[in-house]
Amino acid sequence: MEYDVVIGLEVHSELKTKSKVFCSCKNEFKGEPNTHCCPVCIGLPGALPIPNKEAVKMTIKAGLAVGSKINDIAIFERKNYFYPDLAKAYQISQAVRPICIGGGVEIENAQGQKKFIRLNRIHLEEDAGKLIHNSKIGGTMIDYNRGGVPLIEIVSEPDMSSAEEAVAYLSKLRNILQYIEVSDCKMEQGSLRCDVNISLKPKGSNELGVRAEMKNLNSFRSVARAIEYEIKRQSRLLDEGEQVVQETRRWDDARNRSFSMRRKEDAQDYRYFPDPDLLPFRIERSLVDEVKSTMPKLRDEKIEYYVNELGLSEYDAKVLTNDLNLVKYFDKVVSYFNKPKFICNFILTTVLKKVKENEESDDLDIPIDPQNFANLMQMYESGKISQAICRDLFDEIWLNNADCQKLVEERGLAQNNNEDEIKSMLQELINEFPQSVQDYKSGNAKALSFFIGQLMKRTQGKANAQIASKLIKEMLD
Amino acid sequence: MEIMNESLENVSKMLADKSISSVELVKASLDAISSTQKYNILHEVCSESALKSATEVDDKRARGEKLSPLAGVPIVIKDNISMKGTYTTCSSKFLENYKSPYNATVVDKLLQAGAIVIGKANMDEFAMGSSSETCAFGVVHNPRNFDYVPGGSSGGSASAVAADQCFGALGTDTGGSIRQPSSFCGVVGLKPTYGLVSRYGVVAFASSLDQVGPITKTVRDNALILDCIAGYDSNEFTSAKHQKESYYQTSFKNSIKGLKIGYAKEFFESLQNQDVVKSIENAIEFFKANGAEIVDITLPHIKDALAVYYVLSSAEAASNLARFDGIKYGVATKEYNDVIDFYFKSRTQGFGNEVKRRIMLGNFVLSSGYFDAYYNKAKAVQNLIISEFADAFNLCDVILSPTAPTSAFKIGEKVNNPLEMYLNDIFTVPVNIATLPAISVPCGVAQNGMPLGMQLIGNRFSESILYNVADYFEKNCYSIRGVK
Repeated sequence: MEYDVVIGLEVHSELKTKSKVFCSCKNEFKGEPNTHCCPVCIGLPGALPIPNKEAVKMTIKAGLAVGSKINDIAIFERKNYFYPDLAKAYQISQAVRPICIGGGVEIENAQGQKKFIRLNRIHLEEDAGKLIHNSKIGGTMIDYNRGGVPLIEIVSEPDMSSAEEAVAYLSKLRNILQYIEVSDCKMEQGSLRCDVNISLKPKGSNELGVRAEMKNLNSFRSVARAIEYEIKRQSRLLDEGEQVVQETRRWDDARNRSFSMRRKEDAQDYRYFPDPDLLPFRIERSLVDEVKSTMPKLRDEKIEYYVNELGLSEYDAKVLTNDLNLVKYFDKVVSYFNKPKFICNFILTTVLKKVKENEESDDLDIPIDPQNFANLMQMYESGKISQAICRDLFDEIWLNNADCQKLVEERGLAQNNNEDEIKSMLQELINEFPQSVQDYKSGNAKALSFFIGQLMKRTQGKANAQIASKLIKEMLD
Repeated sequence: MEIMNESLENVSKMLADKSISSVELVKASLDAISSTQKYNILHEVCSESALKSATEVDDKRARGEKLSPLAGVPIVIKDNISMKGTYTTCSSKFLENYKSPYNATVVDKLLQAGAIVIGKANMDEFAMGSSSETCAFGVVHNPRNFDYVPGGSSGGSASAVAADQCFGALGTDTGGSIRQPSSFCGVVGLKPTYGLVSRYGVVAFASSLDQVGPITKTVRDNALILDCIAGYDSNEFTSAKHQKESYYQTSFKNSIKGLKIGYAKEFFESLQNQDVVKSIENAIEFFKANGAEIVDITLPHIKDALAVYYVLSSAEAASNLARFDGIKYGVATKEYNDVIDFYFKSRTQGFGNEVKRRIMLGNFVLSSGYFDAYYNKAKAVQNLIISEFADAFNLCDVILSPTAPTSAFKIGEKVNNPLEMYLNDIFTVPVNIATLPAISVPCGVAQNGMPLGMQLIGNRFSESILYNVADYFEKNCYSIRGVK
């Protein structure tokens, strides 16, 4: 039987505020366990929360970026449940009156078709601590550093119908959150997390099927694979006339399958109620306007800028702007060395290839200091170093971020652009390899590359390849 | 130890004119504490730190530094108020070994003023109770008669003042926990307007109702302590941005001419106890004779306040006390099968029956399917009660009622009947529900020889009016001081 797939996503994203959401502890990913903690975020008796205005502003910013309506009165509520990583045994969250309501994002599939994914809400809440299983002591330790870190939960409507759409949506959302600089959105570090709700219904039917919720999805790839798996699992059940049960399932990336975590009957009653320590708070229009005025350029505007002002092709601009880290890196490098097209070409070929070789994750990080990278580009562009040397240097400084200018000086890697010297070296090669001269004369153009290859070998890549190709042609013709 | 019989106001003057030193005062206080040990008033006596602080204050005074009226004066605080270096047990087995690593804002304020925290007072476990019999470390006895309860939950704080162990105490009041024990012990207790005094560092029972307040020998003493502890606290989101005033300087006018005292018949309809009725009638006669006007008002929904209170306070308590799970501090069971079993056993071992009762009640009213019928309904009735009080205060300045329906009862008399125990708070609870201030002052003695208290309820932030009326009454009509 054929089915329609119905998918909705709940995306959690950690806000990069300076301090935590209800106390003044540092909001930082690093740090020894339990060093960014205070009576408030470890829930000591008597401690009270104070909302972080910056976190509220960032939530508003996220809402504005996706066209949400900002509620004029928002309420913090307590979500009560016991778990060792939850210090107060309740999470301060929002249920009936979140900060943002509605909105949506437009996604595009590989064929260029557009689709609008509606949002239900964005609310602000606090993150929990982390359990660390310690085999040395044979027990579990708790690190509360993450406890109280501000988190927004972005809940979509069930508007997606394939793994591809879900990934496109997630990717678009990440892009937006990065662009407006409210979150790093690193899935590996957990600053972006995603739960997927998925159900199947007979093709064309108006009645929704029973859904399963998928958790523990740590990369775009696992989101896609978990969805594919779940579609197969549910359609097999339905084909065989069985029922899909409402449950939460845990994705196991290594085994490429999911396991049931808990059934609906075991679902907790969270006993939400308004937090009496945090009265309902008014979000003034002026605050929303203030946030609006700080909104940076979104991706579409950035693409326009790259194409119209920097002369990049639309395709290149799109690839470049797919990740805000890349955009920031590119903008920095261009600020040191103003040859955007040249730099863009190198980034989209050599750098991105390197990124893909090096990382399993979806999080883009370039370890070379932008100034250093700009220097490398300048030496290459001006002909001071050859392409071959440039690539070798790039590989090296990727690992150690050594000063590439110094390396060129110390090792004498500067390109030889002296026509006379290159000419005489080429003459030696012509004398040594008469057979190749013969090959060229009889019409084998490859013989030319042989001479260039030999020349590079002898000069350790320092000869200017462009000059050499021009000269060898002249000399043999 | 005649000196311990003095008011805070008087010893403050004596300290200022150096007719006594703080060290002498602290020693006298420690003597008084040890000679009244059998009443089980304090859980912890801070003799060492108290003597050290007293020496510091005396040195400062010798150097001629300008000091606050509380400087060098021994004060007791309730054991649900966090203070570095001391245990904060809330009179619960669960927190028997818990020491807070930080100070509550009110403690910081007391210490900054140079007040000497001499001890931490026993209470009903987690402030749940009206007799101090749910204290995990033994029942507190009423200093006026060993066989009687001191009231609760701030029974230890009120007893410490009544037994002349100190010159003032801090209590907390969620449904009457300052006023009712003050009435039972014959002392003065104020529950301030919600938000006037910081709750930061005070172990929460019901966050939307809890308030810290002073318990003292006299009304003027009470104002001295409130001056120290009141004020906006940026660590508390529900703290009121109310302009700081000196209650001691500005409240006392020595006149009640033209004062309108509200009389709500609803308060008196179910009142059985003739001692209580008579004491209030006396007070009314006195007020009339001294130029005040008695105004009939109506508060139709205060009869529902107790129900509202037990829904809301239990709901908040269930959530507030969930953090006591044994993972980070407190009772942690040694034997368990899994984490759920660990929680279950630790909490079962750590909490007493009354606390368990409220946790179960609170979780019940918050459960899906019951939330609207109980929690939301209670919130709606709360709003009605708030607006009824607001209407009443258009007609009068203060509202008069008994503090409690009876004088102190005997230990063990009501401990097995929670519903009857809950009725103790019938006059005090509406005040918390409506976020108002109220003071309890002694107004007579019942036939069982135990004190009676009168409650004056004011509009929000009208503490100075309450102080003036209470002080006038204390000076000119009835004072229990010296009655032993």
